[in-house]
Parts: sequence; structure tokens; C-alpha cells
Amino acid sequence: MRAVGIILAGGNSPKMRELTQRRAIAAMPVAGSYRAIDFALSNMSNSHIQKVAVLTQYNARSLNEHLNSSKWWDFGRKQGGLYVFTPTITADNGYWYRGTADAIYQNLDFLKKCHEPYVIITSGDAVYKMEYNKVLEYHIEKKADVTVVCKRRNPNDDASRFGILKMDETMRIEEFEEKPMLASSDMISTGIYIIRRRLLIDLIEHCAEEERHDFVTDILIRYKKLKRMYAYEIKDYWSNISTVEAYYETNMDFLKPEVRNYFFKEDPEVYSKVSDLPPAKYNPGSIVKNSLVASGSIINGTVENSVLFKKTFVGNNCVIKNSVILNDVYLGDNTYIENCIVESRDTIRANTRHVGANGVKVVVEKNERYAL
Amino acid sequence: MRKKEMIAMLLAGGQGSRLGVLTAKVAKPAVAFGGKYRIIDFPLSNCINSGIDTVGVLTQYQPLRLNTHIGIGIPWDLDRNFGGVTILPPYEKSSNSEWYTGTANAIYQNLDYMETFNPEYVLILSGDHIYKMDYEVMLDYHKENQADVTIAAMPVPKEEASRFGIVVTDNEGKISEFQEKPPEPKSNLASMGIYIFTWKILKEALIALENVPGCDFGKHIIPYCHEKTGRLFAYEYNGYWKDVGTLGSYWEANMELIDIIPEFNLYEEYWKIYTNSGILPPQYISGQAVVDRSIIGNGSEVYGEVHNCVVGSGVTIEEGTVVRDSIIMKDVRIGKGCVIDKSIIAENCVVGDNVTFGIGSDVPNKLKPAIYSFGLVTVGENSVIPDGVQVGKNTAISGLTAREDYPGGILESGETLIKAGGRV
Repeated sequence: MRAVGIILAGGNSPKMRELTQRRAIAAMPVAGSYRAIDFALSNMSNSHIQKVAVLTQYNARSLNEHLNSSKWWDFGRKQGGLYVFTPTITADNGYWYRGTADAIYQNLDFLKKCHEPYVIITSGDAVYKMEYNKVLEYHIEKKADVTVVCKRRNPNDDASRFGILKMDETMRIEEFEEKPMLASSDMISTGIYIIRRRLLIDLIEHCAEEERHDFVTDILIRYKKLKRMYAYEIKDYWSNISTVEAYYETNMDFLKPEVRNYFFKEDPEVYSKVSDLPPAKYNPGSIVKNSLVASGSIINGTVENSVLFKKTFVGNNCVIKNSVILNDVYLGDNTYIENCIVESRDTIRANTRHVGANGVKVVVEKNERYAL
Repeated sequence: MRKKEMIAMLLAGGQGSRLGVLTAKVAKPAVAFGGKYRIIDFPLSNCINSGIDTVGVLTQYQPLRLNTHIGIGIPWDLDRNFGGVTILPPYEKSSNSEWYTGTANAIYQNLDYMETFNPEYVLILSGDHIYKMDYEVMLDYHKENQADVTIAAMPVPKEEASRFGIVVTDNEGKISEFQEKPPEPKSNLASMGIYIFTWKILKEALIALENVPGCDFGKHIIPYCHEKTGRLFAYEYNGYWKDVGTLGSYWEANMELIDIIPEFNLYEEYWKIYTNSGILPPQYISGQAVVDRSIIGNGSEVYGEVHNCVVGSGVTIEEGTVVRDSIIMKDVRIGKGCVIDKSIIAENCVVGDNVTFGIGSDVPNKLKPAIYSFGLVTVGENSVIPDGVQVGKNTAISGLTAREDYPGGILESGETLIKAGGRV
């Protein structure tokens, strides 16, 4: 137990449009059976990090519900466990989390009471698998003060949503720009950091004294020359879901056999909360092609190149193409859905049509559910 | 003293030998059912849904699978500080150590366990039926009648009544007579093997009959109570209840689940069936696959055709393969170009490429005609089937089989092929 984990799950992004109106990004359902934060939590658990703090703020109800028991990720041990920290008003603080550094600052007692020498910080909105101990080995070997996990940017990705890194040949970070308009390098920060616990406490306290609140701009970027910061490149799958397009693409990635094998079949596995749903049911007339179907779903119509999350009901003669249907959606008979993300617990009336013509359409329809 | 009003004792030690190779290595309650469940999930879920949080599970025959499945009871919410689920195997005593020799003897050997909870009532269940039942309603009925024993019973067709233990009741439901498999039944109420006992009476009966060899509820305890107190009542149950004791009834009960509105509905919200299934990814249906009238478990991948099937989790069905009217249990892998008809393939089997199951005529099984019938091909768990073989009806296969075991590449209808080894 050389490290404690911190998962930053407080964020929201207007680029998620309607999807985060009711939940934090970290609580977004991903790949049929999971939620975004499951990936970070499973990585922590599989890296034998037993003490993990989740910092939440924005619309945390859905996330808290998901985290209502820590046993699914095999936390809940006598040593350590899962800690969920939402902002609280105390004698000397009345603020919400004003930024990532402030969120850590407001829970600094947690870090001070730990005895583990290192801290692993990650965000709750990325889909990836990582053995953090490997990064920790690297961090120690490089004698780094901070290690930033980076990823070569996909040419289609919008650089202005990431931190951009530039390294020398030893991987020491020379440049670190947050969300620049024009990227000077194609290495992006994944928001996964390793740092010595005492150093983190010092930096955070100093940052708070200066009334600064953001971990990236106020700490990492300001100290990039002063401290030994190294980059560790992740070569495997990593995807951040914090825009509607990225979220859609990430789900669609799971239709690819290599992505599915990597996450679903190769060790270590990804854990999530068990939902006790019956197996999926295919009634006569159902035609399903190249799709993922989660448990509890009942299908009567046609589904192609889509991801159906848990408890989806597809009525007779429905056609669903290239779409992501979130949990507990009811699609009435003769519905046509193409290129859409249908929000959780939606009820789509019979004979309706939703097509994302220019890009992905987010469908939010709260009709009353008559049938069932 | 802390107490529980009612505790349940679940008899899960039986082999269920009529399920043939399916129960060669696991106890019947641990046999898979309905894609992701095991038979014992039904009584266990009924317990927690009825508000019973203390369940002793009595195991004896091949308990490993059952033990791992139940664990500390987390999936059923039966991990409790006081109570919860406890596995009760037979154990050595300072004198008179013995196996569980009968249903009541098994309960008798666990008097100390029951005593710990100081219960008012004890519910006796068996782990081999598929049903949903609110035991709390049955308990209310028991209390209302101030009964000593309440026996759940369901109406069966008159002509079939002679296959069951029949209870004869008066107008109030009070039992006046028992008939065990009577040639001329006086009533059509069949006992379901579910009993609520007032603890005092049960304890007294168990101690009084402690020396009866193979002490059994139906044969000894119930008649004793009947004679002694006479306050025995029948609780009539009219819902779905299925004994899956034979391969035919097991296959049928699974197939009923794929009806559009099945009589036994797993999709109901208010009476969930829980199981220990692990955390599994969604299933993937490929671009070439055809799936209809089937239920498929999590984490399965289908590249071929699946019609009228119950498929468990983690199953792979390769392209060009057609599976019809079959039960495929978890982690089975079926190769390319196979045709699988009316088969039961148990957990973790591997079927090679171009294999055909269910050919030929309906010849009775030569070894065990009463077990391997209904035209089924039954494959025991961890079996390996080589490429390109053909298998007839009413057959059973188990273990690591090779091409040489199939004369001319064919296992004729009515044959049984049992080999050692298997997929690890």
C-alpha cells in the first residue's frame, strides 16, 4: 500500500449538453453495463490501492447512489476503504469546491492522516485500464516530483479540451499548456498524476494561501520548471468522455472486437455495481446486428450498430441504428431512432422518429409510461 | 436474548440423480437455470423477499459449487451481523457421527444452529424447485390457524395426483389425512415440500424420533406431529411451481422462459430473483448473427444463429453455427459450422467446429433410458467435444472426448459416452 487514490468526480461540462443535467460526468453510463467512474475505481482496486477518496460536487445524487456500497469494487476493508467527499460548511470554510486544488485542500485532513508515501490523482470521466503501480515505479525511477500520464492525441480530437504537454528526450516535461487554441504538441495530459503525498500537501497549502484553486493551472503549470515533472505515456486505450461526441464515440468503440476484448476479456476485469437483472430477451421478430445488449433488455424490433444499456425495451417494428440507448428506456412500437443518444429512463412514444442529422442528437423525452 | 421470529432451513444436500451428467459433479440446487441463475437462487431470493434473513443451507453432496455460489450471501443481502446465510455441512461429533441420513435427520443434526436464534417458527425448504412464494403470507396463515405445522400444497390434475404426496383437508384447510403416492387419491392437493413448523413442536418431534434411521419429514416427522397434536394445515398455493427433477422437466421449464409473456416472469420488479453472477459486460451480437425467441446472459458473444434457446453468460457461439431449442450454460464455447438441436450443454464445455447434435431417430438410451430421454443430447460440465463429430438423440456425454470415442465420427442415438478429464 504505497499510495492513496483521489478521484476527481466533481465536474460538469456544457459540452455534455442535456446529458449532465441530471448527473455528474463520472456517473455517465458507459459500454452497456458500467458507469464512467467504474474504470478509475477498478484500476485503483486492481492496483491494490485500498484507500480511495472520491471528490464530488456537481449533481452527485446519481453518483452517490452508484457508490452506495464500496463492496462492488472490493473496497470496504478494515484498512482503508472508499471515501466520498462532498463540500461541507465548516467553521473556517463556507465555499463550494472552487476548483480541483481547492477540492483537495478542503479535504486535506484526509491526506494528512494517511501514511502512504504517494498519491494517485485521476479523473472520474475517462475510460481506461491502468496498473498504477507501473507508473509509480516509473515515477520513482525518474526521481520525479510529479508524473503526468499522457497520451498521443487522436488526430480527430479537439486539442482545446486537453492539457498539452511537451517533453525533452528524457520525458521531462518542458511545456504544459491547458486547453490551448493551437496545440504545440500532440501529447495530451490524461489527468492522471502521481505525486508524493507530502509534496502534494505543501503545494496545495501554498496554493490555497495564494487564493488559487486549480490543480493544473495554479500548480502543475506554475511549477513546471521548478519541479521535476515527467510524462508517462499510456499506449493502450484511453478515452475521455466529457463531450457528447466523445461520449458517443467511446461507446461505439466497444463494438470493435479489440476494444471489447481489452476491457471485457483480458485481466484485470472492470467492476461495477451489480443490478440483479434477468438475461436479455429476444422475442420473435427481433433482428439484432453488431450491437451490445445489456441485461434486463427486451427486444422486439431491429437494432443495428448500437449500444443498448440495461433494461431497454424495444417495441415491435422499431428500428434503432447507430445509437446509444441509456438505462431503462422504453421505446414504443414503430419508433425510428438513428444517430442518437437516448437519455436514461426516457419513454419514447410509439410511431415517433428521432434522427441525428448533423452529428449526434441527444433525445430527452419524459413521457408517461402507459404500457408495461 | 436476541431472537428471530422465523428462520429457514434449506435442504440442499441432494444429488438429483435424475439429472444425469448435469449433477455428476454438482448438487442439484447448484445447477444453472434460466440463463444466469442457479436453482437455489429461487428459494434464497424468496426468503429475503419474504423478510427472512436467517437461512441455514444444509449441504452434503458435492457442495463446492454451492459453497462458492453462496459465499457470505452478499447477492441475496444475506450477509448479516446476526443471522444471514450459513452453510451447514455434516460434521463429526464425539459420538454417533453420521452423514445426513434423511431430510429430518439433517435438520436434527443442526438443532444447535437453530437454537442460537431462539425462533418461534422454522421454515423447511428444499433447493430444487422453481417458484416465487411469499413465505410471510404463509406464516400469517400458520399463525391465524394457531397451527403446529403448515404444509404448502398445490392443486394438481386428478389423474396426476397419484404421483405426489397428497393431503386431504376439511373445509378450514385442516389436514385430516395423508396419502403418499396413492393409487386412488382422495384429494388433488399435492404437498410441495415446504413446511412451517412451530419451533417447539419441531424440536420435540426431532428429539422424539432421533433414533429413527433415515428420519424424513414426509415419512416420519409429519405423521408424528399429526398423531401427536393434530393441528396440521394445508396452505394452498396457486402460482407457478415447477419441479425440475428430470431432464425433460428441466428443459421444459427453461424453454417456458422464452415465451413472450412467460408464466414465470423474471422481469417483474417487485419480486426480484438474485444470484451471484459476478460483474459481467453486456452481450455482443455480431453483424452476421441471428437471434430470436431466446434469452441470453451477460458477456456472451453470438456470431452464429440462436433460435429458441436459453443461453447463459460468457458463452461464445461462433459463426456459421445454428443452435436451436437448447440450453447452453455459462462459459460454453461452440465452434464454427455446428448444428446444435435440442441439447443441454453444461457449464464450461467446448464444442469443436462442424459438430452436429441431435441427429438420427429417437432410440431410448441403452444405459439409463429413464434419465436420458425426451430426445435430448445432454453434455456434462467441462466436457470437450472434438471437431466434426455427430451425436444422436437421447445421448449423454461427459469428460474429455476425442475423435476415437466416436465410431465413424458418430455417437448414435441412445449411446452414453463418459470419459475422464475435461476443460480446466
